[in-house]
Amino acid sequence: MRGCVRRSDAILAAAVLIAAALPAGAAPQRVVSMNLCSDQLAMMLAAPEQLVSVSSLAQDPRLSPMADQAAAYKANTGRAEEIYLMRPDLVIAGTYTPPATVAMLRRLGIRVETPPPAEDFDAIRADITRMGDWLGQPQAARDLLARFDADLAAARRPGGRGRAALYEANGFTSGPDTLAGSILEAAGYANIAADHGISATTTLPLELLVMSDPDRLITGAKWPGQSQGEAILDHPALAAFPGRAQVTDLNWTCGTPFVTRAIRSLE
Amino acid sequence: MRGLFPALLLLVAALFLASLLTGPAGLPAMDALRALALGGDGPLPIVMREIRLPRAILGVAVGAGLGLTGAALQGYLRNPLAEPGLIGISGMAALGAVIAIQTGLSLVAALALPLAALVGAAAGVAMLVALAGPRGGSVTLILAGVAISALAGAGTALVLNLSPNPYAASEIVFWLMGSLADKSMLHVWLALPPMLLGAALILTTRHALDALTLGEAAAQTLGMAGPSLRWRLIAGTALIVGPATAVAGAIGFVGLVVPHVLRPWVGARPSALLPASALGGAALLLASDIAVRLIVPDRDLKLGVLTAIVGAPLFLHLIWKTRSGGRV
Repeated sequence: MRGCVRRSDAILAAAVLIAAALPAGAAPQRVVSMNLCSDQLAMMLAAPEQLVSVSSLAQDPRLSPMADQAAAYKANTGRAEEIYLMRPDLVIAGTYTPPATVAMLRRLGIRVETPPPAEDFDAIRADITRMGDWLGQPQAARDLLARFDADLAAARRPGGRGRAALYEANGFTSGPDTLAGSILEAAGYANIAADHGISATTTLPLELLVMSDPDRLITGAKWPGQSQGEAILDHPALAAFPGRAQVTDLNWTCGTPFVTRAIRSLE
Repeated sequence: MRGLFPALLLLVAALFLASLLTGPAGLPAMDALRALALGGDGPLPIVMREIRLPRAILGVAVGAGLGLTGAALQGYLRNPLAEPGLIGISGMAALGAVIAIQTGLSLVAALALPLAALVGAAAGVAMLVALAGPRGGSVTLILAGVAISALAGAGTALVLNLSPNPYAASEIVFWLMGSLADKSMLHVWLALPPMLLGAALILTTRHALDALTLGEAAAQTLGMAGPSLRWRLIAGTALIVGPATAVAGAIGFVGLVVPHVLRPWVGARPSALLPASALGGAALLLASDIAVRLIVPDRDLKLGVLTAIVGAPLFLHLIWKTRSGGRV
């Protein structure tokens, strides 16, 4: 047993030494991102020419705050075939990327990272640092982190501004353990989801929402076409909150420095 | 038999009240009813008047409509397996509704939604009557129904999958199974007037349906089985099933179970079975809608799940009896 431990320690130590000794040129040269959120961090941190492709979602102005920048990159739709043909040396996917696609790319010998979505500001900070490490751009990451910290400190409001509710299509609400909940808290609002024991994202019956009588109602954005799921946002019972409705937008979607804009939008 | 109608009325009234008092918010009954009747400030009247009241009203209207059309179709087609949900009329109505919603027609004019569903339902009934009129056997009726249902379901799924809206595709379940969750008074005002018109039309057919039980030849001799009967039935069914499906989705089996249960009580006379089935349908749908809120309060369990659990075994039983040559 002891021998085993010592040997694995030795291997680890050797690996750390080798990694430290590698030249900066070992940073990946052809990076493909296939997830709306990592697209944004990668575009902020990558050196020119280092990022080859971002997801097509990143070019959609309804979804992506960086749609203009993303238009300069080749778009991918997340299929293993097209991504392999781009000859990447690093692919950044996500926890919710179809597992078959990730497994296929790994089988083809490509390094694939699958970061989970960030649900609070500490996770965003960690994501920025980690993306900098993956891209071999630690200095850019440190600069971005410093700007994010300053923005966040400026955008934060002390609590006590009242009770707010997040309400989205199909009657979903977000509790304190989610990114939207963190944005709400940073803007100084108490989240009514917590009154109902909700910490993550789950359904809240419409009548419980109305009975909670929130001071501020923040609903999800509407999409083109129509759906029954979104019809709940037009329910006459919600019209009884005059002037209190506000819509979440693309700055609420991803754990990126753009969340400071979402916090400010609640001013 | 004489006590049947008062008993059914009492049952519907009790279930209507229970539906108003059932909900995740667990409101005190007296406060809730006072807020419903007298209004007042705060969220309680909003919950009662804007959320629970339309749900209960739609429960009565949709249930009564499905019970009534089920009894009428069974009387006209002289076949106990006829039912708007099972033979594809609701499915066609759902297809019409989905097309109206996804093309944006329903945004241009609110009435476009029930109208498009009505056109879909009318096409469904007309196809069925053409394929399996009073002389068609059970097999023809069921096969025609299966084909129409499959076509309507595929069309609905196709339209929803082509929608640019990310939520639309997951709503196939709503259109196939039905739900009354979070409907508003707007839905009530859209659906109720055409449904009342349809019910009036169908009730005018009850003596002709009585005559039809004597056989088609006898009914024709009495001058009661002509094209006018067919058109009143098609229009009445479309006027009821179309708007009902447009607001509540396709709910199956109500029109099958209710006439079957009530038929022995009314001496198998369609003229008595029609109003009795309307009341019975309202009671069944209200009870199902209360049950979906009690079984899984925090999820939107679809109504069609419950009605199918009750109705499908009965449907199998009826097919079994038809197969063995017995009268049903």
